[in-house]
Amino acid sequence: MDIISNLALGFGVAFTVQNMFLCFIGCMIGTLVGVLPGVGPVATIAMLLPITFGLDPTGALIMLAGIYYGAQYGGSTTAILVNIPGEATSVVTTLDGHQMAKQGRAGVALGVSALGSFFAGCVATIFIAALGVPLTRLAQLFGPAEYFSLMVMGLVFSTVLARGSILKALLMVFLGLLLATVGTDLETGQERVTLGIQQLSDGIDFAPLAMGIFGFAEIISNLENPEARDVVRGKIGKLLPSWADIKQSTLPVLRGTFIGGLLGILPGNGAVLGPFASYALEKKIAKDPSRFGKGAIEGVAGPESANNAGAQTAFIPLLTLGIPPNAVMALMVGAMTIHGIIPGPQVMTKNPDLFWGMIASMWLGNAMLVIINLPLIGIWVKLLKVPYRLMFPAILIFCCIGIYSINNSVEDVYFTAFFALLGYVMIKLGFEPAPMLLGFVLGKLMEEKLRQALILSRGSFSTFVERPVSAGLLAVAAIMLIIALLPSINKKRDIAFQE
Amino acid sequence: MKKIIAGAFALALTSTAAFAQAYPTKPITMIVPFAAGGPTDIIARIVAEPMSRTLGQQVVIENVAGAGGTTGITRASAAAADGYTIMMGHMGTHGAAPALYPNLKYDPAKDFAPIGLAAGTPIIIVARKTHPANDLKEFIAWAKKEGDKANHAHAGVGSVSHSTGILLNSIMGTKPTFIPYTGTGPALNDMLSGQVDYMTDQIVNVVSQINAGTIKAFAIATPARSPALPNLPTTKEAGLDSYEVSAWNAMFAPKGTPPEIVAKLNDALVKGLDDAGARKRFDELGAVVPDAAGRTPAALQKLVESEVARWTPVLKEAMAAAKK
Repeated sequence: MDIISNLALGFGVAFTVQNMFLCFIGCMIGTLVGVLPGVGPVATIAMLLPITFGLDPTGALIMLAGIYYGAQYGGSTTAILVNIPGEATSVVTTLDGHQMAKQGRAGVALGVSALGSFFAGCVATIFIAALGVPLTRLAQLFGPAEYFSLMVMGLVFSTVLARGSILKALLMVFLGLLLATVGTDLETGQERVTLGIQQLSDGIDFAPLAMGIFGFAEIISNLENPEARDVVRGKIGKLLPSWADIKQSTLPVLRGTFIGGLLGILPGNGAVLGPFASYALEKKIAKDPSRFGKGAIEGVAGPESANNAGAQTAFIPLLTLGIPPNAVMALMVGAMTIHGIIPGPQVMTKNPDLFWGMIASMWLGNAMLVIINLPLIGIWVKLLKVPYRLMFPAILIFCCIGIYSINNSVEDVYFTAFFALLGYVMIKLGFEPAPMLLGFVLGKLMEEKLRQALILSRGSFSTFVERPVSAGLLAVAAIMLIIALLPSINKKRDIAFQE
Repeated sequence: MKKIIAGAFALALTSTAAFAQAYPTKPITMIVPFAAGGPTDIIARIVAEPMSRTLGQQVVIENVAGAGGTTGITRASAAAADGYTIMMGHMGTHGAAPALYPNLKYDPAKDFAPIGLAAGTPIIIVARKTHPANDLKEFIAWAKKEGDKANHAHAGVGSVSHSTGILLNSIMGTKPTFIPYTGTGPALNDMLSGQVDYMTDQIVNVVSQINAGTIKAFAIATPARSPALPNLPTTKEAGLDSYEVSAWNAMFAPKGTPPEIVAKLNDALVKGLDDAGARKRFDELGAVVPDAAGRTPAALQKLVESEVARWTPVLKEAMAAAKK
């Protein structure tokens, strides 16, 4: 029963007064800063890194991890309240979460996402403790070819995100893929479609794109008809989810936790796909898929759990391999290195108190987030009562500060303004931004992995079907695509027969 | 009128002198042209701490990442030359960049006031665990025999592992197939699973994997062995003495920064490098601190000139070959 003694060691470390306090401070700061649109976990941790220098390494990492979950959670709050996804993983939350807020159910959406995240966090902690090491080996099966096929599968999900026309959604996915090709060519270092703007040489950043196309564009269209907005603030509704809500969310939370947790283990940032996959699944198996996109609670509960489970299991490649799967984890590597612990396969044996202490603190952090967030829901919801003429300038200002702080770059703020105009035109023409953002997020990884796989196979496309894991993923993608397209084919056939 | 101008001029002169004496009177921003958490950022943060104590003002790190560090350096080079904006450049931004970025907006040798060399991180040649070679000689023979069948990973065009990898192949006379990644992490991941054969990278990025035996190391490209990996031979010992390369980091101020201010900053940097706490952290990283002769602004200027001359032909040739 190694795991029990290990966890006992971990809880012994995490439950000291100092570490509990640091965990609380981290979660609190993370939540508050994460709520500011645009200031995601990366910016927050980078800003607060110097504060942790005086602490011992375990305490410092516990606090930084707390900031990470807190900011992740805070990001969902802005997605629900003001329709601004701070990160790729909260794009899905805007779809039904913000609709729920418009219907006066913001409190319910926030409550469900807090409880779902807590559950997912608890399960993921146990998962990491029990299976972290063997799962690492499983993740090693994923080379460039497998990642590419996984991303293809992800793109098929995108058709499910569409609220309206599937054709329009597909076009938006392709636009997203195209936007992802802006920047320096991976192999030759040649600049592509950068228009000579130096800030574009590393490609378009996610935050300016998402914030412009979602948040700013919506503000412009709200300003067109302010009456519609004021109706929203009239209806606040109840603050906490009812039993019926919780019952409705239970299964989506379970499924979301499983999917998100599994994808989070992949060292190549598979966690990005988690919420999308969970949303796609919930919509597919729902009795009435047309409710999705109009405030379906399952569309918040599932993806939010997947998000949090993935955020947690993303620690596995960092702690067991020393390989950071995403930008936040790369920052954690830096934090560990500064404190004299160089992440790698030996951390577990050389610094067991740090390793298990961090795992135990994940559970602690999740518990604290619920304690911090449930009372805060009331305050957040009250924010919706603020008259829109005061609210929108505040949102704009905070967004601009947030975007500037990511790279200390004024140009990023200009890019956001540009994407806001683009987003407004898209709203007017009935194109939805969510599939585009999915295409954008997957596009970068997809191109990179496609090229790596093809260079490794010396140009042979058969590598994608010769490797079993890759072939399996492609088969699932093909089946899903057929299922997605069948109804429309059937419909056309019916019409043809009628004639 | 002339008197007034002369008077104003004199006033300006004395105030600059007084200003330099009082310097610093407010926090100093150090631009690090990479994301927080990378080797250059870590070294900048370690040295900024004792520097702040010496100068009596906080040295604040500002990360401006992008385009292999050239975005941040471009911005810092255009900042006011008053000593309140300085930067941490490195082998890439002040050595390899002119060859890699044809539209580079600064000249590493002309547009800066060098402050001094900070710690550098040695380069190690590593390979997948299952690699048939057991030492550097066998590895070179293998690379020559395999030709373009060998898979050489690097962390992206413009990264340290890219430049140092190209140099290694040019010295060995080998032409492998390059597999580009977007960072050391993803490249190492595919090396752990045996998909790619070898790469070169900074000691801090690979030391834990080498110690854990998950990848093989053939040699370290420094004149002396590293205390962090005492069993690893140097390239000279292993028979490839022309491959000596380190990812050096160095502090610069914008061109025109008053020499008194540069001297103050150099003094603070040198004291920072000798600080016991900083030294302990450098050792843990496997970073190498320059000797006394290598710490002056003049030595740094010489290093930049020799590095640009060293990298430009090798990289230009490799980039031209990649575009074909």
